[in-house]
Amino acid sequence: MTADVSEVPATRPVPSGEVLLRARDVVKHFPVGGRSLRGSARDVVHAVDGVSLDIRRGETVGLVGETGCGKSTLARCLTRLYDLTSGTVEFEGQDISTLSRRQMRPFRRNMQMIFQDPYGSLNPRRRVGSIIGEPFAVHGLADGADRKRQVQELMELVGLNPEHYNRFPAEFSGGQRQRIGVARALALRPKLIVCDEPVSALDVSIQAQIINLLSDLQSEFNLTYLFIAHDLSVVQQVSNRVVVMYLGAVAEVAPADPLYDTPRHPYTAALLSAAPIADPDQAEARERVVLIGDPPSPVSPPSGCRFHPRCPKAQPDCAVEIPQLLPRQGDGAEHVAACHHPLADGERLPTGGAVVATVVGPEAEPDRPVEPGAGSGEPSGPVTFEEQP
Amino acid sequence: MDLLEVRDLHVSFPTPDGLVQAVRGLDFSVRAGSTLSIVGESGSGKSVATQTITGLTRGAKVTGEARFDGDDLLKMDNDALRRVRGGQIGMIFQDPLSSLHPYYKVGWQIVELIREHDHELSKKQARARAVDLLKLVGIPYAERRVDDYPHQFSGGMRQRAMIAMAMAMNPRLLIADEPTTALDVTVQAQVLRVMRTLQAEFGTAIILITHDLGVVADLSDDVVVMYAGRAMEKANRRELFYAHHHPYTEGLLQSVPVPGVRTRLTPITGQPPSLVTPPPACPFNPRCPYVFDRCREETPPLRPVDLSPKHVSACWLPTDSASRVEARDALAARRATAAEARAAEARAADGAAATQADATVAEAGAS
Repeated sequence: MTADVSEVPATRPVPSGEVLLRARDVVKHFPVGGRSLRGSARDVVHAVDGVSLDIRRGETVGLVGETGCGKSTLARCLTRLYDLTSGTVEFEGQDISTLSRRQMRPFRRNMQMIFQDPYGSLNPRRRVGSIIGEPFAVHGLADGADRKRQVQELMELVGLNPEHYNRFPAEFSGGQRQRIGVARALALRPKLIVCDEPVSALDVSIQAQIINLLSDLQSEFNLTYLFIAHDLSVVQQVSNRVVVMYLGAVAEVAPADPLYDTPRHPYTAALLSAAPIADPDQAEARERVVLIGDPPSPVSPPSGCRFHPRCPKAQPDCAVEIPQLLPRQGDGAEHVAACHHPLADGERLPTGGAVVATVVGPEAEPDRPVEPGAGSGEPSGPVTFEEQP
Repeated sequence: MDLLEVRDLHVSFPTPDGLVQAVRGLDFSVRAGSTLSIVGESGSGKSVATQTITGLTRGAKVTGEARFDGDDLLKMDNDALRRVRGGQIGMIFQDPLSSLHPYYKVGWQIVELIREHDHELSKKQARARAVDLLKLVGIPYAERRVDDYPHQFSGGMRQRAMIAMAMAMNPRLLIADEPTTALDVTVQAQVLRVMRTLQAEFGTAIILITHDLGVVADLSDDVVVMYAGRAMEKANRRELFYAHHHPYTEGLLQSVPVPGVRTRLTPITGQPPSLVTPPPACPFNPRCPYVFDRCREETPPLRPVDLSPKHVSACWLPTDSASRVEARDALAARRATAAEARAAEARAADGAAATQADATVAEAGAS
């Protein structure tokens, strides 16, 4: 009877349950441009390049990374909205990576998606009742009065007024539309919900409402979430474990707190330090690592570690050898990073004073991969970072 | 005198649904060389207010005054305003791709702006200036990239090119409307650093319009919190984050997850108000956790908080912190009593132990 819905444990333990979804070496390439005159192979965008991932029942896995790192593509591969170029995806132990659309049908009930854009993901010409009831129609479940009753229950569950059953999406605000999207995803009581930037388009006050709603629904229905976002504080708030992606590959995987306290991959550390903090004292106290330039093109990703051209810790070997995802610096098996020179506890990345430094040193082109000093044992150093004059 | 002084600004738009009152009596001022952040949710009127003072809201009904360096921008004719806009006042918008013309080279667009404002300059000189500006904002290989089209730039580079354009005439005021909202955090950090460096170097005042409190904490001197077309609270940055008065400000801050602290978020309940029929009296009263009768009857004026002349809040809660805490506690206690009554009913129903009830009451008081 103690209705302590406002209490959440201070730390979210990683559920040790069975693996619900297992991905191994998932690769997704998109061809770009036309064929050359000789008809040779086209260039491909290496959107997802060999990602392995386990999602356990009842946990929330956060997936973060910059625009274009392949996080949404990965999510669509895992739910088979895209066909895989290679690799396997198992759902509850069954390989779904090569199933036909018809064979996928029974699995679709168990994996649903919530999308970023609450305006674009709802058909503006259909009534809310029919949008939320669509999954029932597709799967030939409840119809007539029964369906209406179930839809209204769902609306109530996500905090919408069931009397608004006959309204159109345009009559709802952004936050309410996202609730419609949540209700639709929840309709068939799926096991896995992939949330693709579910709160990015919402105002902060509404963001918090949706985050709380998702977490309440998770405890009520034992849902498993794959939660994609670029806002690191939101991801830490909701996730048990966090996967950091860079340019189509996984840079680091760790339970949420260790990832934020002791990031091993320099990219994770840079991402964390770039995130704005809504607290003037903390914002002033910390040193910010400002990464130079933009991620390189995924058409021809850099050799070795993909992050090495922008990495302040890059060494010659980083450009040669691809680092494996392994526990580093004595971490447990839960915390793995793909880095040859991981950060030690409390180690700080060199902070670059460098954005304006390009005024003095226009020769530094950060987009170009750094070539390691050939033969010399001396690290050529991260050219991307220069001291401010 | 401050660089920009806006007094009693009202902006409304006639629409088929009725008159949308986007800004309803807004005052703010920007000191030369300082950064003023305007925060608020979508539809709070923050963008409309600044677009109006630069003459970018056509078809709107505008009253009030906006003195820039002594001259009222709202009374200027189009030609005079054009000279100020882009010259004395630079502007950056949220979406750099739609603010740059896709058909013209980035450099050409900067050159055009420079020559529009400075007829003395030759094309060659203007082009050299464009290259300098691109270098200034950290575009690598500026000599070469000046001849690129906007689509050849990444998002962060486009936004930096926009800043270069806005800074071209050495403006005294830069209006940045959600400059980093469309960008990744890593790129956002780069852009904010460019803005900070330019401000330090040229003494440009900045109006930063944003909904991101992290950016506010990072870059502002003074902050205006807007809600339903009105200023709810004005304070300097520290007062806003550590000694805010208005429950809406409190709500905004509590909605943001703090890294490293994982407590349940406290969202602001309900939805943003309609601007056609804004709530009477205090516009925040339907969503306010501390609402009492006066909030629904009388519109609170901006009153000084804790005797600080610069920190003002439009809320009927007491303005000195001691009695404010008392009032809030009293309102919280009232809610706790109601919760206790409900708990007592439930207790009577299943006869739980008294200790458990105490825990429930404490919990209700805390929430």
